[in-house]
Amino acid sequence: MSSETDKDIEVKDTTDTHSDNSENTKPDSMSKDEAKKFYEEKGLDLSPDVPVKPKPIPAFEKSLADKISSKFGDKIRVDYVRSDRIRITTKREDIVDVAKFIRDELKYDHAESVSGVDYPDSSEIEVIYHLGSYTDEKLGRQIFALATRVPREDVPNPGSDATRTPSLRDVFYSVEFHERECFEMFGVYFEGHPDMRRLLLPEDWADIPPFRKDFKIKGR
Amino acid sequence: MTTQLPPGMHLETVDDKIMTLNVGPQHPGSGHMRLIIKVDGDYIVSCDPDPGYVHRGEEKMAEYRNYIQNIPHLERPVIHDSSNILYPYCLGVEDLLGIEVPERAKYIRVIAAELNRCIYILYWLAIYGIFLGHSTMFMWPAGDRELFIDLLEAMSGARVTHAYLVPGGVRNDLPSNFEERCLRQVEYFEKRLKEYEAIFYQNPLLKARTEGSGILSRTDAIRLGTTGSVLRASGVDFDVRKKEPYDVYENLDFQTIVMKEGDSYARSRVPYLEMFESCRIIKDALKKMPKSGSVRTKLKPNPKGGNDEVYRRVESGRGAIGYYIVSNNRPEPYRVKISVGSFRNLICMPYLLKGEKLGNMPAVYWGLNYWPVEADR
Repeated sequence: MSSETDKDIEVKDTTDTHSDNSENTKPDSMSKDEAKKFYEEKGLDLSPDVPVKPKPIPAFEKSLADKISSKFGDKIRVDYVRSDRIRITTKREDIVDVAKFIRDELKYDHAESVSGVDYPDSSEIEVIYHLGSYTDEKLGRQIFALATRVPREDVPNPGSDATRTPSLRDVFYSVEFHERECFEMFGVYFEGHPDMRRLLLPEDWADIPPFRKDFKIKGR
Repeated sequence: MTTQLPPGMHLETVDDKIMTLNVGPQHPGSGHMRLIIKVDGDYIVSCDPDPGYVHRGEEKMAEYRNYIQNIPHLERPVIHDSSNILYPYCLGVEDLLGIEVPERAKYIRVIAAELNRCIYILYWLAIYGIFLGHSTMFMWPAGDRELFIDLLEAMSGARVTHAYLVPGGVRNDLPSNFEERCLRQVEYFEKRLKEYEAIFYQNPLLKARTEGSGILSRTDAIRLGTTGSVLRASGVDFDVRKKEPYDVYENLDFQTIVMKEGDSYARSRVPYLEMFESCRIIKDALKKMPKSGSVRTKLKPNPKGGNDEVYRRVESGRGAIGYYIVSNNRPEPYRVKISVGSFRNLICMPYLLKGEKLGNMPAVYWGLNYWPVEADR
Protein backbone atom coordinates (compact mmCIF):
# COMPACT_ATOMS: atom_id res chain seq x y z
CA MET A 1 0.00 0.00 0.00
CA SER A 2 2.99 2.31 0.07
CA SER A 3 3.59 4.83 -2.60
CA GLU A 4 7.05 3.49 -3.36
CA THR A 5 6.07 0.35 -5.25
CA ASP A 6 7.23 -0.51 -8.73
CA LYS A 7 3.74 -0.05 -10.08
CA ASP A 8 3.81 3.66 -9.61
CA ILE A 9 3.52 5.65 -12.74
CA GLU A 10 6.77 7.02 -14.04
CA VAL A 11 6.21 10.59 -15.02
CA LYS A 12 8.52 12.51 -17.23
CA ASP A 13 8.16 16.21 -16.83
CA THR A 14 7.53 17.52 -20.30
CA THR A 15 6.83 21.06 -19.28
CA ASP A 16 9.29 23.88 -19.21
CA THR A 17 8.96 25.48 -15.83
CA HIS A 18 9.62 29.17 -15.65
CA SER A 19 12.31 30.17 -13.25
CA ASP A 20 9.93 32.34 -11.26
CA ASN A 21 7.50 29.44 -10.92
CA SER A 22 9.96 26.70 -10.05
CA GLU A 23 10.86 28.08 -6.64
CA ASN A 24 7.19 28.28 -5.79
CA THR A 25 6.47 24.61 -6.44
CA LYS A 26 5.71 22.53 -3.42
CA PRO A 27 8.21 19.85 -2.31
CA ASP A 28 7.04 16.25 -1.90
CA SER A 29 5.06 14.80 0.95
CA MET A 30 3.88 17.82 2.90
CA SER A 31 0.93 17.78 5.17
CA LYS A 32 -1.88 20.18 4.44
CA ASP A 33 -0.86 22.65 7.14
CA GLU A 34 2.77 22.58 6.10
CA ALA A 35 1.77 23.20 2.52
CA LYS A 36 -0.38 26.14 3.55
CA LYS A 37 2.48 27.61 5.57
CA PHE A 38 4.83 27.03 2.64
CA TYR A 39 2.62 28.96 0.28
CA GLU A 40 2.16 31.76 2.80
CA GLU A 41 5.89 32.12 3.35
CA LYS A 42 6.37 32.47 -0.39
CA GLY A 43 3.85 35.28 -0.31
CA LEU A 44 1.40 33.33 -2.43
CA ASP A 45 -2.22 34.08 -1.90
CA LEU A 46 -4.32 30.96 -1.67
CA SER A 47 -7.61 32.71 -2.10
CA PRO A 48 -9.15 32.22 -5.54
CA ASP A 49 -8.56 34.60 -8.41
CA VAL A 50 -12.22 34.55 -9.24
CA PRO A 51 -14.62 35.64 -6.50
CA VAL A 52 -17.38 33.10 -6.11
CA LYS A 53 -20.74 34.81 -6.36
CA PRO A 54 -24.16 33.21 -6.33
CA LYS A 55 -25.41 33.36 -9.89
CA PRO A 56 -29.02 33.93 -10.93
CA ILE A 57 -30.58 30.88 -12.53
CA PRO A 58 -31.82 31.39 -16.12
CA ALA A 59 -35.46 30.54 -16.80
CA PHE A 60 -34.98 27.26 -18.63
CA GLU A 61 -32.64 25.78 -16.06
CA LYS A 62 -34.96 27.04 -13.32
CA SER A 63 -37.91 25.18 -14.81
CA LEU A 64 -35.89 21.95 -14.88
CA ALA A 65 -34.74 22.47 -11.32
CA ASP A 66 -38.27 23.26 -10.13
CA LYS A 67 -39.66 20.11 -11.73
CA ILE A 68 -37.24 17.90 -9.90
CA SER A 69 -37.40 19.69 -6.55
CA SER A 70 -41.20 19.61 -6.54
CA LYS A 71 -41.04 15.84 -6.86
CA PHE A 72 -38.24 15.04 -4.44
CA GLY A 73 -38.17 18.03 -2.07
CA ASP A 74 -35.64 17.60 0.69
CA LYS A 75 -34.09 14.48 -0.74
CA ILE A 76 -32.04 16.44 -3.24
CA ARG A 77 -29.99 19.60 -3.35
CA VAL A 78 -30.04 21.61 -6.58
CA ASP A 79 -27.00 23.67 -7.52
CA TYR A 80 -26.75 25.89 -10.52
CA VAL A 81 -23.12 25.72 -11.63
CA ARG A 82 -23.16 27.91 -14.74
CA SER A 83 -25.37 28.29 -17.78
CA ASP A 84 -26.64 24.96 -19.17
CA ARG A 85 -25.17 23.09 -16.22
CA ILE A 86 -27.36 22.01 -13.34
CA ARG A 87 -26.16 19.78 -10.58
CA ILE A 88 -28.25 17.60 -8.30
CA THR A 89 -26.78 16.07 -5.18
CA THR A 90 -28.69 13.25 -3.56
CA LYS A 91 -28.23 10.40 -1.11
CA ARG A 92 -27.22 7.08 -2.58
CA GLU A 93 -30.47 5.44 -1.42
CA ASP A 94 -32.48 7.80 -3.62
CA ILE A 95 -30.23 7.94 -6.64
CA VAL A 96 -32.03 5.27 -8.68
CA ASP A 97 -35.42 6.98 -8.20
CA VAL A 98 -33.98 10.37 -9.08
CA ALA A 99 -32.26 8.94 -12.14
CA LYS A 100 -35.47 7.28 -13.33
CA PHE A 101 -37.30 10.60 -12.95
CA ILE A 102 -34.57 12.38 -14.92
CA ARG A 103 -34.83 9.80 -17.69
CA ASP A 104 -38.62 9.53 -17.90
CA GLU A 105 -39.78 13.07 -17.09
CA LEU A 106 -36.87 15.31 -18.03
CA LYS A 107 -35.97 13.23 -21.13
CA TYR A 108 -32.26 12.85 -20.58
CA ASP A 109 -31.25 9.68 -22.39
CA HIS A 110 -27.56 8.94 -22.03
CA ALA A 111 -24.57 9.43 -19.75
CA GLU A 112 -21.57 11.32 -21.06
CA SER A 113 -19.24 10.49 -18.22
CA VAL A 114 -19.14 9.01 -14.75
CA SER A 115 -16.38 10.41 -12.59
CA GLY A 116 -15.30 9.90 -9.06
CA VAL A 117 -13.81 12.65 -6.92
CA ASP A 118 -11.96 11.66 -3.79
CA TYR A 119 -12.39 13.78 -0.63
CA PRO A 120 -10.15 12.18 2.01
CA ASP A 121 -10.71 15.07 4.47
CA SER A 122 -14.39 14.28 4.83
CA SER A 123 -13.85 10.53 4.21
CA GLU A 124 -16.10 10.55 1.18
CA ILE A 125 -15.92 9.78 -2.50
CA GLU A 126 -18.26 11.63 -4.79
CA VAL A 127 -19.64 9.81 -7.81
CA ILE A 128 -20.92 12.20 -10.42
CA TYR A 129 -22.88 11.29 -13.55
CA HIS A 130 -22.98 13.79 -16.41
CA LEU A 131 -26.14 13.20 -18.38
CA GLY A 132 -27.11 14.54 -21.77
CA SER A 133 -29.94 14.23 -24.23
CA TYR A 134 -29.91 13.33 -27.92
CA THR A 135 -33.64 13.12 -28.46
CA ASP A 136 -34.88 16.39 -26.97
CA GLU A 137 -33.92 19.41 -29.08
CA LYS A 138 -34.21 21.84 -26.17
CA LEU A 139 -31.77 19.87 -24.04
CA GLY A 140 -29.00 19.83 -26.67
CA ARG A 141 -26.98 22.42 -24.78
CA GLN A 142 -27.67 21.03 -21.33
CA ILE A 143 -25.54 18.74 -19.22
CA PHE A 144 -27.20 17.47 -16.09
CA ALA A 145 -24.88 16.43 -13.27
CA LEU A 146 -26.25 13.88 -10.82
CA ALA A 147 -23.98 13.38 -7.83
CA THR A 148 -23.95 11.23 -4.76
CA ARG A 149 -21.46 10.64 -1.98
CA VAL A 150 -20.30 7.29 -0.67
CA PRO A 151 -18.27 6.62 2.49
CA ARG A 152 -14.56 6.10 2.01
CA GLU A 153 -12.43 3.70 3.99
CA ASP A 154 -8.82 4.48 4.81
CA VAL A 155 -7.75 0.93 4.00
CA PRO A 156 -9.78 0.14 0.91
CA ASN A 157 -10.93 -3.32 -0.02
CA PRO A 158 -12.70 -2.69 -3.32
CA GLY A 159 -15.85 -4.71 -3.69
CA SER A 160 -16.19 -5.78 -0.06
CA ASP A 161 -16.15 -2.56 1.96
CA ALA A 162 -18.76 0.13 2.53
CA THR A 163 -17.68 2.13 -0.52
CA ARG A 164 -20.67 1.15 -2.64
CA THR A 165 -23.65 2.70 -4.35
CA PRO A 166 -26.50 1.38 -6.51
CA SER A 167 -25.60 1.08 -10.17
CA LEU A 168 -27.50 3.19 -12.69
CA ARG A 169 -26.89 0.72 -15.47
CA ASP A 170 -30.53 -0.34 -15.61
CA VAL A 171 -31.59 3.29 -15.94
CA PHE A 172 -28.90 4.58 -18.28
CA TYR A 173 -27.45 1.71 -20.23
CA SER A 174 -24.50 3.81 -21.37
CA VAL A 175 -22.90 3.97 -17.91
CA GLU A 176 -21.73 0.37 -18.11
CA PHE A 177 -18.05 0.94 -18.95
CA HIS A 178 -17.87 4.26 -17.12
CA GLU A 179 -18.92 2.58 -13.87
CA ARG A 180 -16.37 -0.16 -14.40
CA GLU A 181 -13.68 2.50 -14.76
CA CYS A 182 -14.87 4.28 -11.62
CA PHE A 183 -14.80 0.96 -9.74
CA GLU A 184 -11.17 0.23 -10.51
CA MET A 185 -9.89 3.79 -10.18
CA PHE A 186 -11.72 4.70 -6.92
CA GLY A 187 -12.83 1.37 -5.51
CA VAL A 188 -16.51 2.32 -5.59
CA TYR A 189 -18.57 -0.84 -5.99
CA PHE A 190 -21.75 -0.41 -8.03
CA GLU A 191 -24.42 -2.73 -6.69
CA GLY A 192 -26.49 -4.38 -9.37
CA HIS A 193 -23.98 -3.84 -12.15
CA PRO A 194 -23.88 -7.12 -14.11
CA ASP A 195 -20.18 -7.07 -14.95
CA MET A 196 -18.21 -5.30 -12.23
CA ARG A 197 -14.71 -6.18 -13.45
CA ARG A 198 -11.63 -4.10 -13.97
CA LEU A 199 -11.31 -2.38 -17.29
CA LEU A 200 -8.11 -0.42 -17.75
CA LEU A 201 -5.84 -1.59 -14.92
CA PRO A 202 -3.82 -4.80 -15.28
CA GLU A 203 -5.29 -7.96 -13.78
CA ASP A 204 -2.50 -8.22 -11.20
CA TRP A 205 -2.82 -4.68 -9.86
CA ALA A 206 -2.29 -5.08 -6.11
CA ASP A 207 -2.12 -1.49 -4.88
CA ILE A 208 -4.88 0.83 -3.72
CA PRO A 209 -7.22 2.27 -6.37
CA PRO A 210 -4.87 4.67 -8.16
CA PHE A 211 -7.04 7.77 -8.51
CA ARG A 212 -7.48 8.11 -4.76
CA LYS A 213 -5.62 11.03 -3.29
CA ASP A 214 -3.40 8.88 -1.07
CA PHE A 215 -1.93 7.12 -4.09
CA LYS A 216 1.06 9.32 -4.92
CA ILE A 217 2.93 9.45 -8.19
CA LYS A 218 6.61 8.72 -7.77
CA GLY A 219 8.77 11.82 -7.74
CA ARG A 220 5.94 14.23 -7.09
CA MET B 1 -11.08 -27.11 -4.67
CA THR B 2 -12.96 -23.94 -4.12
CA THR B 3 -11.23 -20.70 -4.90
CA GLN B 4 -12.61 -17.37 -3.85
CA LEU B 5 -12.82 -15.31 -7.01
CA PRO B 6 -12.99 -11.52 -7.03
CA PRO B 7 -16.48 -10.10 -7.58
CA GLY B 8 -17.59 -10.16 -11.18
CA MET B 9 -15.16 -12.89 -12.20
CA HIS B 10 -16.13 -16.44 -13.11
CA LEU B 11 -14.40 -19.63 -14.13
CA GLU B 12 -14.81 -20.58 -17.74
CA THR B 13 -15.71 -24.10 -18.74
CA VAL B 14 -14.27 -25.61 -21.88
CA ASP B 15 -16.81 -25.97 -24.63
CA ASP B 16 -15.68 -27.82 -27.73
CA LYS B 17 -17.73 -25.89 -30.20
CA ILE B 18 -16.74 -22.43 -29.11
CA MET B 19 -13.18 -21.21 -29.46
CA THR B 20 -11.76 -18.14 -27.70
CA LEU B 21 -9.45 -15.91 -29.69
CA ASN B 22 -7.33 -13.06 -28.45
CA VAL B 23 -7.19 -10.29 -31.03
CA GLY B 24 -4.43 -7.95 -29.91
CA PRO B 25 -3.02 -6.30 -27.84
CA GLN B 26 -0.34 -6.02 -30.50
CA HIS B 27 -1.47 -3.96 -33.41
CA PRO B 28 -2.68 -6.15 -36.31
CA GLY B 29 -6.31 -5.30 -36.59
CA SER B 30 -7.16 -4.20 -33.09
CA GLY B 31 -5.01 -1.21 -32.24
CA HIS B 32 -3.30 -1.31 -28.85
CA MET B 33 -6.12 -3.15 -27.21
CA ARG B 34 -7.33 -6.69 -26.87
CA LEU B 35 -10.60 -8.11 -28.06
CA ILE B 36 -11.46 -11.43 -26.48
CA ILE B 37 -13.56 -12.98 -29.19
CA LYS B 38 -15.45 -16.27 -29.02
CA VAL B 39 -16.10 -17.86 -32.40
CA ASP B 40 -18.37 -20.66 -33.49
CA GLY B 41 -16.82 -21.70 -36.77
CA ASP B 42 -16.44 -18.46 -38.68
CA TYR B 43 -19.02 -16.48 -36.74
CA ILE B 44 -18.41 -14.32 -33.71
CA VAL B 45 -20.53 -15.39 -30.75
CA SER B 46 -19.37 -12.81 -28.25
CA CYS B 47 -16.76 -10.12 -27.88
CA ASP B 48 -15.29 -8.70 -24.71
CA PRO B 49 -13.17 -5.60 -25.27
CA ASP B 50 -10.19 -5.32 -22.95
CA PRO B 51 -8.64 -1.86 -23.22
CA GLY B 52 -6.00 -0.44 -20.92
CA TYR B 53 -2.75 -1.39 -22.59
CA VAL B 54 -1.91 2.26 -23.17
CA HIS B 55 -3.38 3.67 -19.97
CA ARG B 56 -1.06 6.41 -18.74
CA GLY B 57 -3.06 8.07 -16.03
CA GLU B 58 -3.38 11.48 -17.69
CA GLU B 59 -6.11 12.43 -15.25
CA LYS B 60 -3.89 11.65 -12.27
CA MET B 61 -0.94 13.50 -13.76
CA ALA B 62 -3.11 16.58 -14.24
CA GLU B 63 -3.67 16.80 -10.48
CA TYR B 64 0.04 17.42 -9.91
CA ARG B 65 0.59 20.26 -12.39
CA ASN B 66 -0.80 23.74 -12.58
CA TYR B 67 -3.21 24.84 -15.25
CA ILE B 68 -0.52 25.88 -17.71
CA GLN B 69 1.81 22.94 -17.13
CA ASN B 70 -1.03 20.58 -17.95
CA ILE B 71 -1.21 21.67 -21.59
CA PRO B 72 1.50 19.52 -23.20
CA HIS B 73 0.67 16.21 -21.57
CA LEU B 74 -3.09 16.46 -21.94
CA GLU B 75 -2.76 16.38 -25.72
CA ARG B 76 -0.88 13.05 -25.61
CA PRO B 77 -3.94 10.76 -25.75
CA VAL B 78 -4.55 11.76 -29.37
CA ILE B 79 -1.53 13.42 -30.84
CA HIS B 80 -3.16 13.39 -34.29
CA ASP B 81 -6.03 15.45 -32.98
CA SER B 82 -4.14 17.42 -30.38
CA SER B 83 -5.95 20.74 -30.85
CA ASN B 84 -9.35 19.15 -30.36
CA ILE B 85 -8.44 17.34 -27.16
CA LEU B 86 -6.96 20.52 -25.69
CA TYR B 87 -9.91 22.64 -26.77
CA PRO B 88 -12.37 21.69 -23.97
CA TYR B 89 -9.58 21.96 -21.40
CA CYS B 90 -8.87 25.52 -22.52
CA LEU B 91 -12.57 26.40 -22.53
CA GLY B 92 -12.99 24.89 -19.07
CA VAL B 93 -10.00 26.68 -17.57
CA GLU B 94 -11.18 29.94 -19.10
CA ASP B 95 -14.52 29.43 -17.39
CA LEU B 96 -12.84 28.63 -14.08
CA LEU B 97 -10.46 31.56 -14.16
CA GLY B 98 -12.84 34.01 -15.82
CA ILE B 99 -10.66 34.77 -18.83
CA GLU B 100 -11.91 36.46 -21.99
CA VAL B 101 -10.45 35.28 -25.29
CA PRO B 102 -9.65 37.82 -28.05
CA GLU B 103 -11.84 37.57 -31.13
CA ARG B 104 -8.97 36.80 -33.50
CA ALA B 105 -7.76 33.97 -31.27
CA LYS B 106 -11.20 32.37 -31.38
CA TYR B 107 -11.04 32.17 -35.17
CA ILE B 108 -7.48 30.86 -35.12
CA ARG B 109 -8.49 28.17 -32.65
CA VAL B 110 -11.35 27.08 -34.90
CA ILE B 111 -9.00 26.90 -37.89
CA ALA B 112 -6.46 24.88 -35.91
CA ALA B 113 -9.18 22.53 -34.65
CA GLU B 114 -10.57 21.93 -38.13
CA LEU B 115 -7.13 21.38 -39.66
CA ASN B 116 -6.45 18.90 -36.90
CA ARG B 117 -9.75 17.15 -37.47
CA CYS B 118 -8.75 16.62 -41.12
CA ILE B 119 -5.33 15.29 -40.04
CA TYR B 120 -6.98 12.80 -37.72
CA ILE B 121 -9.63 11.66 -40.20
CA LEU B 122 -7.02 11.18 -42.93
CA TYR B 123 -4.85 9.13 -40.60
CA TRP B 124 -7.82 7.02 -39.61
CA LEU B 125 -8.88 6.62 -43.24
CA ALA B 126 -5.39 5.42 -44.14
CA ILE B 127 -5.52 2.68 -41.51
CA TYR B 128 -9.09 1.83 -42.43
CA GLY B 129 -8.04 1.45 -46.06
CA ILE B 130 -5.05 -0.79 -45.38
CA PHE B 131 -6.98 -3.08 -43.05
CA LEU B 132 -9.58 -3.58 -45.73
CA GLY B 133 -6.82 -4.49 -48.15
CA HIS B 134 -6.93 -1.26 -50.15
CA SER B 135 -3.35 -0.10 -50.18
CA THR B 136 -4.01 2.96 -52.38
CA MET B 137 -6.29 4.22 -49.66
CA PHE B 138 -3.37 3.96 -47.30
CA MET B 139 -1.01 5.97 -49.50
CA TRP B 140 -3.31 8.77 -50.56
CA PRO B 141 -4.60 10.00 -47.20
CA ALA B 142 -1.17 9.53 -45.63
CA GLY B 143 0.27 11.75 -48.34
CA ASP B 144 -2.49 14.36 -48.31
CA ARG B 145 -2.22 14.60 -44.56
CA GLU B 146 1.11 16.36 -45.09
CA LEU B 147 -0.72 19.39 -46.48
CA PHE B 148 -2.40 20.05 -43.17
CA ILE B 149 0.59 19.03 -41.09
CA ASP B 150 2.62 21.64 -42.94
CA LEU B 151 -0.02 24.27 -42.22
CA LEU B 152 -0.12 23.46 -38.52
CA GLU B 153 3.66 23.39 -38.46
CA ALA B 154 3.64 26.93 -39.82
CA MET B 155 1.11 27.94 -37.17
CA SER B 156 2.61 26.26 -34.14
CA GLY B 157 6.14 25.17 -34.96
CA ALA B 158 5.53 21.47 -34.30
CA ARG B 159 4.41 18.86 -36.78
CA VAL B 160 2.35 16.59 -34.58
CA THR B 161 2.10 17.64 -30.93
CA HIS B 162 1.29 21.29 -31.34
CA ALA B 163 0.24 22.43 -27.84
CA TYR B 164 -1.06 25.41 -29.78
CA LEU B 165 -4.25 26.12 -27.88
CA VAL B 166 -3.72 27.63 -24.45
CA PRO B 167 -6.19 29.02 -21.90
CA GLY B 168 -6.65 32.59 -23.02
CA GLY B 169 -6.16 32.10 -26.75
CA VAL B 170 -3.43 30.54 -28.85
CA ARG B 171 0.29 30.37 -28.24
CA ASN B 172 1.38 32.65 -31.08
CA ASP B 173 -0.02 34.55 -34.01
CA LEU B 174 -0.24 33.24 -37.56
CA PRO B 175 2.77 33.64 -39.85
CA SER B 176 2.60 36.47 -42.38
CA ASN B 177 1.46 34.68 -45.55
CA PHE B 178 -0.63 32.06 -43.79
CA GLU B 179 -4.13 32.97 -45.02
CA GLU B 180 -3.24 32.80 -48.67
CA ARG B 181 -1.31 29.56 -48.25
CA CYS B 182 -4.02 27.92 -46.19
CA LEU B 183 -6.69 28.84 -48.71
CA ARG B 184 -4.62 27.44 -51.58
CA GLN B 185 -3.98 24.12 -49.81
CA VAL B 186 -7.55 23.70 -48.67
CA GLU B 187 -8.88 24.36 -52.17
CA TYR B 188 -6.45 21.84 -53.62
CA PHE B 189 -7.46 19.32 -50.97
CA GLU B 190 -11.16 19.69 -51.75
CA LYS B 191 -10.48 18.73 -55.37
CA ARG B 192 -8.31 15.86 -54.24
CA LEU B 193 -10.92 14.62 -51.79
CA LYS B 194 -13.40 14.06 -54.62
CA GLU B 195 -11.06 11.45 -56.09
CA TYR B 196 -11.39 9.36 -52.92
CA GLU B 197 -15.02 8.83 -53.75
CA ALA B 198 -14.34 6.96 -57.01
CA ILE B 199 -11.42 4.89 -55.84
CA PHE B 200 -12.65 3.93 -52.41
CA TYR B 201 -16.25 4.67 -51.60
CA GLN B 202 -17.64 3.44 -54.92
CA ASN B 203 -15.38 0.40 -54.86
CA PRO B 204 -17.60 -2.72 -55.11
CA LEU B 205 -15.32 -4.71 -52.80
CA LEU B 206 -15.60 -2.11 -50.04
CA LYS B 207 -19.34 -1.98 -50.46
CA ALA B 208 -19.64 -5.75 -50.36
CA ARG B 209 -17.73 -5.93 -47.11
CA THR B 210 -19.25 -3.03 -45.28
CA GLU B 211 -22.80 -2.46 -46.48
CA GLY B 212 -25.27 -4.10 -44.14
CA SER B 213 -22.61 -5.24 -41.67
CA GLY B 214 -22.56 -4.20 -38.04
CA ILE B 215 -25.87 -2.34 -38.08
CA LEU B 216 -26.47 -0.05 -35.11
CA SER B 217 -30.06 1.14 -34.93
CA ARG B 218 -30.96 4.71 -33.99
CA THR B 219 -32.51 3.58 -30.69
CA ASP B 220 -29.43 1.58 -29.76
CA ALA B 221 -27.08 4.40 -30.72
CA ILE B 222 -28.91 6.68 -28.28
CA ARG B 223 -29.32 4.07 -25.56
CA LEU B 224 -25.65 3.12 -25.63
CA GLY B 225 -24.64 6.78 -25.49
CA THR B 226 -22.45 6.63 -28.58
CA THR B 227 -21.04 9.80 -30.01
CA GLY B 228 -19.46 11.35 -33.07
CA SER B 229 -19.55 9.66 -36.45
CA VAL B 230 -21.02 6.46 -34.99
CA LEU B 231 -24.02 8.38 -33.70
CA ARG B 232 -24.49 10.42 -36.85
CA ALA B 233 -24.20 7.36 -39.09
CA SER B 234 -27.18 5.94 -37.19
CA GLY B 235 -29.39 8.90 -38.02
CA VAL B 236 -29.05 11.09 -34.92
CA ASP B 237 -28.40 14.71 -35.78
CA PHE B 238 -26.11 15.67 -32.93
CA ASP B 239 -22.92 17.65 -33.25
CA VAL B 240 -21.61 19.70 -30.33
CA ARG B 241 -20.47 22.36 -32.80
CA LYS B 242 -24.14 22.91 -33.72
CA LYS B 243 -25.92 22.06 -30.46
CA GLU B 244 -23.65 23.91 -28.05
CA PRO B 245 -21.52 26.15 -30.26
CA TYR B 246 -18.25 27.15 -28.65
CA ASP B 247 -16.05 30.08 -29.67
CA VAL B 248 -17.19 31.24 -33.12
CA TYR B 249 -18.82 28.12 -34.57
CA GLU B 250 -22.25 29.74 -34.52
CA ASN B 251 -21.04 32.41 -36.99
CA LEU B 252 -19.65 29.89 -39.44
CA ASP B 253 -21.37 28.21 -42.31
CA PHE B 254 -21.43 24.41 -42.22
CA GLN B 255 -23.83 21.55 -41.80
CA THR B 256 -23.89 18.27 -39.91
CA ILE B 257 -23.49 15.06 -41.87
CA VAL B 258 -26.15 12.52 -40.93
CA MET B 259 -26.73 9.13 -42.53
CA LYS B 260 -29.60 6.80 -41.79
CA GLU B 261 -28.15 3.36 -42.53
CA GLY B 262 -26.15 2.74 -39.38
CA ASP B 263 -23.92 0.14 -41.00
CA SER B 264 -20.14 0.06 -41.38
CA TYR B 265 -20.33 1.78 -44.75
CA ALA B 266 -22.19 4.75 -43.31
CA ARG B 267 -19.78 4.93 -40.39
CA SER B 268 -16.82 5.04 -42.76
CA ARG B 269 -18.47 7.65 -44.99
CA VAL B 270 -19.57 10.17 -42.37
CA PRO B 271 -16.01 11.25 -41.40
CA TYR B 272 -15.09 11.50 -45.07
CA LEU B 273 -17.99 13.84 -45.79
CA GLU B 274 -17.16 15.81 -42.65
CA MET B 275 -13.81 16.72 -44.14
CA PHE B 276 -15.67 18.72 -46.84
CA GLU B 277 -17.48 20.58 -44.06
CA SER B 278 -14.17 21.18 -42.28
CA CYS B 279 -12.81 22.75 -45.46
CA ARG B 280 -15.90 24.96 -45.64
CA ILE B 281 -15.40 26.03 -42.03
CA ILE B 282 -11.74 26.85 -42.60
CA LYS B 283 -12.48 28.92 -45.70
CA ASP B 284 -15.32 30.74 -43.96
CA ALA B 285 -13.23 31.39 -40.86
CA LEU B 286 -10.37 32.78 -42.95
CA LYS B 287 -12.81 35.19 -44.56
CA LYS B 288 -14.49 36.36 -41.34
CA MET B 289 -11.41 36.46 -39.13
CA PRO B 290 -10.27 39.91 -37.88
CA LYS B 291 -7.08 40.69 -39.77
CA SER B 292 -5.17 41.93 -36.78
CA GLY B 293 -5.38 42.07 -33.05
CA SER B 294 -4.23 40.25 -29.96
CA VAL B 295 -4.29 36.45 -29.96
CA ARG B 296 -3.68 35.69 -26.31
CA THR B 297 -4.87 37.01 -22.98
CA LYS B 298 -1.96 36.80 -20.60
CA LEU B 299 -2.64 34.97 -17.36
CA LYS B 300 -1.21 35.68 -13.94
CA PRO B 301 1.58 33.28 -13.00
CA ASN B 302 0.13 30.25 -11.20
CA PRO B 303 -3.52 31.24 -11.59
CA LYS B 304 -6.03 29.72 -9.16
CA GLY B 305 -9.64 28.77 -9.68
CA GLY B 306 -12.18 29.11 -6.88
CA ASN B 307 -14.15 26.33 -5.23
CA ASP B 308 -15.77 25.58 -8.51
CA GLU B 309 -16.33 22.94 -11.13
CA VAL B 310 -16.86 23.03 -14.85
CA TYR B 311 -17.89 20.60 -17.58
CA ARG B 312 -17.04 21.69 -21.12
CA ARG B 313 -17.19 19.68 -24.31
CA VAL B 314 -16.26 20.01 -27.96
CA GLU B 315 -16.70 17.86 -31.04
CA SER B 316 -13.51 16.06 -32.03
CA GLY B 317 -12.76 13.70 -34.90
CA ARG B 318 -14.06 10.80 -32.84
CA GLY B 319 -16.99 12.41 -31.09
CA ALA B 320 -17.59 14.67 -28.14
CA ILE B 321 -14.72 15.21 -25.72
CA GLY B 322 -15.79 16.49 -22.32
CA TYR B 323 -13.59 17.78 -19.53
CA TYR B 324 -14.86 17.80 -15.98
CA ILE B 325 -12.52 20.00 -13.94
CA VAL B 326 -12.87 20.50 -10.19
CA SER B 327 -10.80 23.23 -8.59
CA ASN B 328 -10.27 24.05 -4.92
CA ASN B 329 -8.49 27.41 -4.60
CA ARG B 330 -5.20 25.91 -5.67
CA PRO B 331 -2.94 26.44 -8.69
CA GLU B 332 -3.45 22.77 -9.59
CA PRO B 333 -6.82 21.31 -10.52
CA TYR B 334 -8.26 19.06 -7.82
CA ARG B 335 -9.61 16.55 -10.30
CA VAL B 336 -9.65 16.36 -14.08
CA LYS B 337 -11.89 13.85 -15.78
CA ILE B 338 -11.63 13.44 -19.52
CA SER B 339 -14.64 11.83 -21.16
CA VAL B 340 -13.56 10.89 -24.66
CA GLY B 341 -15.45 9.71 -27.72
CA SER B 342 -13.47 6.52 -28.16
CA PHE B 343 -14.22 5.35 -24.65
CA ARG B 344 -17.89 6.10 -25.05
CA ASN B 345 -18.08 4.20 -28.34
CA LEU B 346 -16.30 1.17 -26.89
CA ILE B 347 -19.56 -0.07 -25.38
CA CYS B 348 -21.14 -0.80 -28.78
CA MET B 349 -18.31 -3.07 -29.92
CA PRO B 350 -19.78 -6.28 -28.41
CA TYR B 351 -23.16 -5.46 -29.96
CA LEU B 352 -21.83 -4.85 -33.43
CA LEU B 353 -19.44 -7.77 -33.61
CA LYS B 354 -21.91 -10.38 -32.42
CA GLY B 355 -23.02 -12.49 -35.39
CA GLU B 356 -20.44 -11.02 -37.76
CA LYS B 357 -17.92 -13.15 -39.63
CA LEU B 358 -14.46 -13.04 -38.10
CA GLY B 359 -13.02 -11.80 -41.39
CA ASN B 360 -15.28 -8.78 -41.18
CA MET B 361 -14.01 -7.80 -37.74
CA PRO B 362 -11.54 -5.13 -38.99
CA ALA B 363 -14.24 -3.49 -41.11
CA VAL B 364 -16.55 -3.15 -38.13
CA TYR B 365 -13.83 -2.35 -35.62
CA TRP B 366 -12.11 0.42 -37.59
CA GLY B 367 -15.43 1.78 -38.75
CA LEU B 368 -16.10 2.68 -35.13
CA ASN B 369 -13.43 5.36 -35.41
CA TYR B 370 -11.90 4.02 -32.24
CA TRP B 371 -8.55 5.27 -31.04
CA PRO B 372 -7.24 3.01 -28.21
CA VAL B 373 -4.74 5.51 -26.85
CA GLU B 374 -7.46 8.08 -26.38
CA ALA B 375 -9.88 5.61 -24.83
CA ASP B 376 -7.31 4.54 -22.23
CA ARG B 377 -6.02 8.08 -21.50
